[in-house]
Amino acid sequence: MKKAFPILAILTAALLGYAFYEAMFVAPTDQMQGDVYRIIYYHVPSGWTMFVFFFTNFIASIVYLIRRNPKADAVAVAAAEVGLVFCTVVLVTGPLWARPVWGIWWTWDWRLTSTLVLWLIYASYLILRRFSTGGQTPVLAAALAVFGALDMPLVYFSIWFFRTQHPQPVVGGGGSIDPSMLRVWMISWAAFLCFGWLVFWLRYRLEIFKREVEETHSLEAMLEEPRFR
Amino acid sequence: MSSFWAITSATLAKDLRLEWRSKDAINSMLFFALLVVVIFSFSFDPTAEESRHIAGGLVWVAFLFAAVVALNQTWAREMRNAVLDAYRVSPAPANPLFLAKAFGNFIFVSIIQALMTPLFTVFYNLRPLGPAWQLIPVAILGSWALVVNGTFFAAMSLHTRSREIMLPILLFPFSIPALVAMVQATNTILTGQDSAKFWIVLLLTYDVVFTVACLLLFETVLDAE
Repeated sequence: MKKAFPILAILTAALLGYAFYEAMFVAPTDQMQGDVYRIIYYHVPSGWTMFVFFFTNFIASIVYLIRRNPKADAVAVAAAEVGLVFCTVVLVTGPLWARPVWGIWWTWDWRLTSTLVLWLIYASYLILRRFSTGGQTPVLAAALAVFGALDMPLVYFSIWFFRTQHPQPVVGGGGSIDPSMLRVWMISWAAFLCFGWLVFWLRYRLEIFKREVEETHSLEAMLEEPRFR
Repeated sequence: MSSFWAITSATLAKDLRLEWRSKDAINSMLFFALLVVVIFSFSFDPTAEESRHIAGGLVWVAFLFAAVVALNQTWAREMRNAVLDAYRVSPAPANPLFLAKAFGNFIFVSIIQALMTPLFTVFYNLRPLGPAWQLIPVAILGSWALVVNGTFFAAMSLHTRSREIMLPILLFPFSIPALVAMVQATNTILTGQDSAKFWIVLLLTYDVVFTVACLLLFETVLDAE
């Protein structure tokens, strides 16, 4: 860990720098939108990375419910936190892009709304983890993660039919994308995945250490001589 | 199987009897819903023709807030004298307890709806332009959607600090698809512009999915240590 981390961190930083260079200087300028579209190389890869982490959280929660393995719970909490950060990045870069292109910061389009609901669900997941006391936290959190996974298809479905008047998404709405843009997209996504994974790994280690410290403390408290007689 | 329903009906009968004697939940919910109706009326002109389009939202937000009042009290009674712990060490399965609590809350919310609907109709000058009978399945499925998850999340928040605030924090985000469906169904029936069938089916799906999920996971949550 101590040796591997700096190497991986340097590699990730280099990849992020390369992705930035590609996105800002190499990728062709969009015909319709000009340079402002370049935020796409941050917005969309963040979205994909977010889904990877939320899916990891769901799998880890299922594993925890079946096996009761504390490591699965540590994976779940780390994945949920990193996923929520990427979700926040999506929700912040979206309006920054929408303002110059659509003329508005926010619209209650189904993509925007469902991402916001996803953010709310995972925020409530982390709040539950924060507020629940003692050893039940992992079980409650895992159950809630399963509920979230069941809820999301219904959220997409309901909002899809609710907001039918949405403006067509600029990307992915049946439009085609230039292969050179797609290439930069993939480089950017790879960089974001590496970065997200690095942060996730750190957070996971931190969670494991935290539990070890807590266990040691409670063990010491049990073994300690009573001071007041 | 017969013992399953025996436990359910015994717990339900006990809760209903307690509520009949104290009327705590019903009274507080009723007053709360009334306050929401009155306070909403100050934020816009409630008798204008446009308010028909938002009436569904108002009605359901009032019921949602009122339901939280009752849901928060669901398990509090069982915490006193460690009744819940006694139940956990008893050989009785967990699901009948959950169903009894959910049915109880469903009955309370339905009573509130029956009492509040005439009031809404008068205060907001409502007259459904679509098929009014469809409001009944919407009300039943919508209340069950709020109550089944609400009862489950209330049991979850038993183990948390600041229990009372935890329930809405969990319940509201997870209820969004159900809320969209019930509000849209009510609005389409009130305005008579469209068919509410799709929304009723969506509500039914939500109810089935989460009733099954609650029954599968309730024991896990109740025994979480």
